[in-house]
Amino acid sequence: MNIAFSDDAMKEFQEIVARYPNKRAALLPALHLAQREFAWLPREALEYVGRLLELPYSEVYDTASFYTMFKLKPTGKYHLQVCHTLSCALRGAGAICDHVKEKYGIGNGETTPDGKLSLVKVECLGSCGTAPVVQINDDYYEDLSPEQLDRILDGLKTEK
Amino acid sequence: MFEKVLTRHINLPDSQRLANYEKTGGYRAWQKALKEMTSDQVIEVVKQSNLRGRGGAGFPAGMKWGFVPKNTDKPHYLLNNADESEPGTFKDRLIINGNPHSTIEGSMIASYAIRANTCYIYIRGEFVKEAKVLETAIREAYDKGYLGKNILGSGFSLDMYVHRGAGAYICGEETGLIESLEGKRGWPRIKPPFPAIEGVFRCPTIVNNVETLACVPYIIERGAEWFKSIGPAGGPGPKLYCLSGHVKKPGVYELPMGVNLKELIYEYGGGILNDKKLKAVIPGGSSVPVLTAEEIDVAMDFDSLAKIGTMLGSAGVIVMDEDTDMVNALLNIAHFYRHESCGQCTPCREGTHWAEKLLKKIKSGQGSMADIDLLAEVADHINFRTICPLGDAAAMPIQSFVKKFRHEFEAKVRKSAA
Repeated sequence: MNIAFSDDAMKEFQEIVARYPNKRAALLPALHLAQREFAWLPREALEYVGRLLELPYSEVYDTASFYTMFKLKPTGKYHLQVCHTLSCALRGAGAICDHVKEKYGIGNGETTPDGKLSLVKVECLGSCGTAPVVQINDDYYEDLSPEQLDRILDGLKTEK
Repeated sequence: MFEKVLTRHINLPDSQRLANYEKTGGYRAWQKALKEMTSDQVIEVVKQSNLRGRGGAGFPAGMKWGFVPKNTDKPHYLLNNADESEPGTFKDRLIINGNPHSTIEGSMIASYAIRANTCYIYIRGEFVKEAKVLETAIREAYDKGYLGKNILGSGFSLDMYVHRGAGAYICGEETGLIESLEGKRGWPRIKPPFPAIEGVFRCPTIVNNVETLACVPYIIERGAEWFKSIGPAGGPGPKLYCLSGHVKKPGVYELPMGVNLKELIYEYGGGILNDKKLKAVIPGGSSVPVLTAEEIDVAMDFDSLAKIGTMLGSAGVIVMDEDTDMVNALLNIAHFYRHESCGQCTPCREGTHWAEKLLKKIKSGQGSMADIDLLAEVADHINFRTICPLGDAAAMPIQSFVKKFRHEFEAKVRKSAA
């Protein structure tokens, strides 16, 4: 993997850094940017961000490993984040996970062999009024039944 | 008749646009504050209004602003806390999506009051769409001259940025948020010094919740007396209540502070799903003590709920019907706090693990009566023994579930003994 920001991403990075009185404060947004550019955050990406922000790898790793959204391991192309906290659990989050296991053969933290789909149970997504909720990559899908999830995934797969 | 203000125009098309916000009176308060009021006058009006924080702790906002020192050379910062993560809470997301300019205008006024020239809106990382909504709204405000240098010729300058978190409940705690904004793990700080004296970048900092700030423009425009006339004087105002779990009509309801909980569930929420009986209600997000069905004839405000041993918290009402397994429900909550403990303080780091293990043991039929007592004891040893309130948040549900639904825990133990 060639780890370097494109010209556009570098421009975005410079804009981010300018918002803060020191470079360290740009670390979370810079990691988000790196993850968007490189799909996940291998060690080389953390080192690269560290060089840009004048931070040692250890400090970048220290921060990156604290936050659940930073992917230190690759995920599937479609990353299913199933909320399983109380309100979603009361309204059928378990059935969603069971369905994914049965139909696509993946449990919590697993990815399908073709790399298309991965599943992770996540803590409260802040959308309890429309439970159960699944976040697929960046997008929320609310008030979901297993059948609706299938339709959404079919739609995504035929998209590109 | 109660007049909705925070959500008054959110069902109209493009309610998130600046022009539509202005049509319903938006940004009049910002102009009034800049042109007619000093910073201290703004703080005084907010103090008079008795606006209390909507993020969970209920601290008086005006008093908090008053803690910012008057004579420092350091820059001041306002942080809008949009890290909405308390289970059962989804009101700030509604404001951001439907009425983002209200919390942005409130942030402007608060920045002016505390003499901050920079404001960051710290939004939880999962709210990708909401972060974009805010960025667009901020851009609109710059274009209109409500942000930037020498705003409306007042001499006051303000920059505003959206800063995304990356998945950590603890960053909703104000000093955890500050550490996170500085690019570190969200490890809460020991207080004092309080953020108003030494916060982000070691400078005076105020952290306020999205909804708290969204109330501010209406207070400035209509006055403290108007705000105080809504609900109890000790903590008044319009309030967003989040209703989830086993109700027919879950959602966010804007009602006066102090609405009756029973009325909220049965009249606004349409009653219990599938017409079942109610078993329990968590009134203020998963960290506050649970109520039994017999306890819900209570006003949803800070003081009334405190009187019966629970809290308004973030007003995240989670409803559980008669079939809910309370051991399972508590295990779900205990798992959450175990996962979200930042690992800094031993009682919380170890205690939340221990509690979850004990609950799994009881659930699986391996538990004993002594385990139930031990569970409660573990919670007692977490409570008030940590740097930040996450420890208390983990302990209070355990203590209240075991106390009020002990028979369900005992039934599991007896079943396994038989």
